[in-house]
Amino acid sequence: MSELKLPPIDYAALAPTLILLGAALVGVLVEAFVPRRRRHVVQLAVALLAVLGALTMVVLNANDRLITIGGAIAIDGPALFLQGAILVLAAMALLLIGERTVERGGAFVAQAAVTAESVDDRRQAEGAPGATEVYPLTSFAVGGMLIFVAANDLLTMFIALEVLSLPLYLLCALARRRRLLSQEAAMKYFLLGAYASAFFLFGVALVYGFTAGVPGRSAGVDFATIHAAVAESPSSPVLLFGGMALIAIGLLFKAGAAPFHVWTPDVYQGAPTPITGFMAACTKVAAFGALLRVFHVAFEGARWDFTPVLGTVAVLTMLVGAVLAVTQTDIKRLLAYSSIANAGYLLVGVLAPTSDGVSGTMFYLVAYGFSVLAAFAVVTLVRDADGEATHLSRWAGLGQRSPFYAGLFTFILLAFAGIPLTSGFTSKFAVFSAAFDGGQGWLVIAGVLTSMVLAFPYLRVVVLMWLSEPGESTPAVVMPGWLTSAALTIGVVATLVLGVFPQPLLDLAAGAAEFVR
Amino acid sequence: MSDFPFLSVLTVAPLVGALVVAVLPRRRPELAKQVALGWSLLVLALSVVMWVTWQTGGDRFQFRESYPWIPNWGVNFTFAADGIALVMLMLIALLVPLVILASWHDAESSRRSVPVYFALLLVLECTMIGVFAAADVFLFYVFFEVMLVPMYFLIGSYGGHQRQYAAVKFFLYSLVGGLFMLAAVIGLWVVGGKTFDWVALSEVDISTGAERWLFLGFFIAFAIKAPFFPFHTWLPDAGGAAPAGAAALLVGVLDKVGTFGLLRYCLPLFPDAAKWFAPWALALGVIGIIYAALLAIGQNDLKRLVSYTSIAHFGFIGVGIFAFTSQAATGAVLYMVNHGLATGLLFLVVGMLVARRGSALISDFGGAGKLVPLLAGVLFFAGLASLALPGTAPFISEFLVLIGTFSVNKPVAVIATLGIILAAAYVLWMVQRTTQGTLNPALTEVEGMKRDLNLREKVVVAPLVALIVLLGFYPKPVTDVINPAVEATMQDIGKTDPAPSAGTPQEASR
Repeated sequence: MSELKLPPIDYAALAPTLILLGAALVGVLVEAFVPRRRRHVVQLAVALLAVLGALTMVVLNANDRLITIGGAIAIDGPALFLQGAILVLAAMALLLIGERTVERGGAFVAQAAVTAESVDDRRQAEGAPGATEVYPLTSFAVGGMLIFVAANDLLTMFIALEVLSLPLYLLCALARRRRLLSQEAAMKYFLLGAYASAFFLFGVALVYGFTAGVPGRSAGVDFATIHAAVAESPSSPVLLFGGMALIAIGLLFKAGAAPFHVWTPDVYQGAPTPITGFMAACTKVAAFGALLRVFHVAFEGARWDFTPVLGTVAVLTMLVGAVLAVTQTDIKRLLAYSSIANAGYLLVGVLAPTSDGVSGTMFYLVAYGFSVLAAFAVVTLVRDADGEATHLSRWAGLGQRSPFYAGLFTFILLAFAGIPLTSGFTSKFAVFSAAFDGGQGWLVIAGVLTSMVLAFPYLRVVVLMWLSEPGESTPAVVMPGWLTSAALTIGVVATLVLGVFPQPLLDLAAGAAEFVR
Repeated sequence: MSDFPFLSVLTVAPLVGALVVAVLPRRRPELAKQVALGWSLLVLALSVVMWVTWQTGGDRFQFRESYPWIPNWGVNFTFAADGIALVMLMLIALLVPLVILASWHDAESSRRSVPVYFALLLVLECTMIGVFAAADVFLFYVFFEVMLVPMYFLIGSYGGHQRQYAAVKFFLYSLVGGLFMLAAVIGLWVVGGKTFDWVALSEVDISTGAERWLFLGFFIAFAIKAPFFPFHTWLPDAGGAAPAGAAALLVGVLDKVGTFGLLRYCLPLFPDAAKWFAPWALALGVIGIIYAALLAIGQNDLKRLVSYTSIAHFGFIGVGIFAFTSQAATGAVLYMVNHGLATGLLFLVVGMLVARRGSALISDFGGAGKLVPLLAGVLFFAGLASLALPGTAPFISEFLVLIGTFSVNKPVAVIATLGIILAAAYVLWMVQRTTQGTLNPALTEVEGMKRDLNLREKVVVAPLVALIVLLGFYPKPVTDVINPAVEATMQDIGKTDPAPSAGTPQEASR
């Protein structure tokens, strides 16, 4: 029996993750020990401080390029960049989650059985500031995402996937209004997510089997082993292709790519809007971070085999997102389909076989995250007595009722449509130019064609807001509290700055585009 | 040569003005109008100085400025003007103050903010100047796309009947073209060695297949913008719904971006593809001339009629560009200027008529000349200029296009000449049905029809009338500026004029 040796652990490099998970545990204790009426402030402070602390550690670690904790975690350029992106966007999302002045009692319910506007619900709104479990749950999810983008083997990646997914399922169910929709969304997300996880796990097993077939090497699921196995394997690649496909299904599900996208509109619509924004921004970064790592590090040698398949998925995703967005009548569902289409554009970047593709994708993720959070921030503000007014017909004439917020939303929509001088244009240019340069011109053509289709639904909302006369039922925009204002300002300013002066972030992404193996 | 950064200042100045106007209080519309007018006159003054500073016979591109923007992609803020761009810049600078003056009361009829209307006009001026002044393909694309936004709101918020439909159609058509161009821009960037600089790109050798695809991407965008048949259906809607001032800018300047783009980008960057596609482009031009003229004859809406006449004129410009002789190309560029003047005037005058009558339908008029003789006279003059009567500026350009085309391609020239006859038909019928004949009794009851041109409106039409006559007899100041640029463009594509008219034979290719 040989002695069990502990692998060396670089705690500084892991600090961001540890801080977040620690803060989540602290949050659980706060739930237990801090008096109810102070909980909200304390929880928000703990979560925000943890995110900012983790961000500081990411910045301090900026030059790390290492593999630690026995090969489980790789801290390299993409990992650090994406962790930073997740943390910044999570901070914005936390601002939205913490908003309590737009709706008394906040957007979250304390107990699943309490219906909106019932006596219990009123009591919650009056006295206790709602469900504060959202903060530790969010912290757990963010912690999982930080591991997800840095995982250096498939098992760590799977665990991270679960750590980030389980809190998200719960968060989706916490909407204070339209509870049935919210619970249905959570159920759907959970069931489909569980399937996706199973696919992923099965894929890991197949890939393990594949690596075991390489003579002279030990089997394993870390990316270096897989990479070597792909290069050297003398045997049939059936196991590899099967495993790769199943892993891709698991990841594409989280990314919201067609044909694994069916959960997206329902979940985006049913989840509390701040959580929807959190998922659209942070989960997307995490999912594409993992996709980048898996396909640029582990399976790089099989590029010729997976590119046509993933390319088809990308085209299908863009097409489904763009075409179905046209028919939507609910603003949250519209943004959901738009996020599906954006997943397609991101896949175009993933498939560009150069470091420009990696940096372009990362740039896109950040730019899109800022815009989409700002968009959902506006959605939280357009409301009437029954909560948010998400049906598009209710937005008619909003430009005359509330020109300022309608103007901001128009700007964001123009960014989604890819009009120059917004980040939507620069980010599309980043991924399309990388893909074209990498010989994937057909994906660029598909991206351009779907962009044309996708412009129509955005434009329809602009028309509704500005060119239609306000109807009887057009709600006004509620004055946001400082938390939402801050998130909205950050999102809009980032959308503008990344559109006009993208150079600093492009530099940062270009400098962080090399993976370690 | 002066080192003053004319082009960047000209681009930025209207934007600053727009911000100033936009923040003026909504309750003081008069102030907003005055500031907007003053600002646009300032821009005009500056561009006159630029015109004077221009060295005829100097470099092809002058006033070049370049500042780094996104070094990772090789994008620079590069501005430079050749003769073609210079005359277009002058046209913009001249038209905008006139349009502002002509639109003095337009925005009041809608319930929208008056200052915002004038701010949008100034934003539009900024993007229009930028698109003609850019010498970096990326920068050009940025202005090309952003230009849509102010125009969209001008049509959509301040337009007339069916404004929503027209605004969306305009935006989507242009955006579709723009996205084709985006694909081509990215392709050009990749094959051109990751630079967007026009000069560098014009020296790149591109394989035949790639060149044709890239040409097509640009061409579709420009053909939609211009618009050429069969991409033209958005223009009558947009022109019909837009407020008269915005329509004058839309047809007078915005659409010229398409033809300008052909001359500046499609021909020099993809010379072989341009030659390969030329028969198709010529065919589109000729069809446009005849088809749009026939449709114009059948229109009962004044603004839509003027829009259709413009499509016919763009057909002429397209023929002039793709005939590949310096006469025809000079004619085409001159046509761009003259059409801006003549159709701009026509749109503004029609706008005055429509504002008085409260209707744009020809059948609602009849004998209007008896009530508003001066206005009817100007309409008649604008119509004559539009049908290219000798003595008016458009005649020279149309004639140049036709003889330039005739020397290389007789059938096209002959068919295009039919367009002149049709033009006479639609203009004269329009004038006859609105201002001549027996007085429509309904007109006498309309309050507005009792007022002829007031001083403000006279100030609007006078410079345009004067310029049309002046350039009709003495186009030399403009042609002197245009000619070197056109000859350089013809050299780029390696085409020389047929023997008798050419001086020394130039090399067949660069």
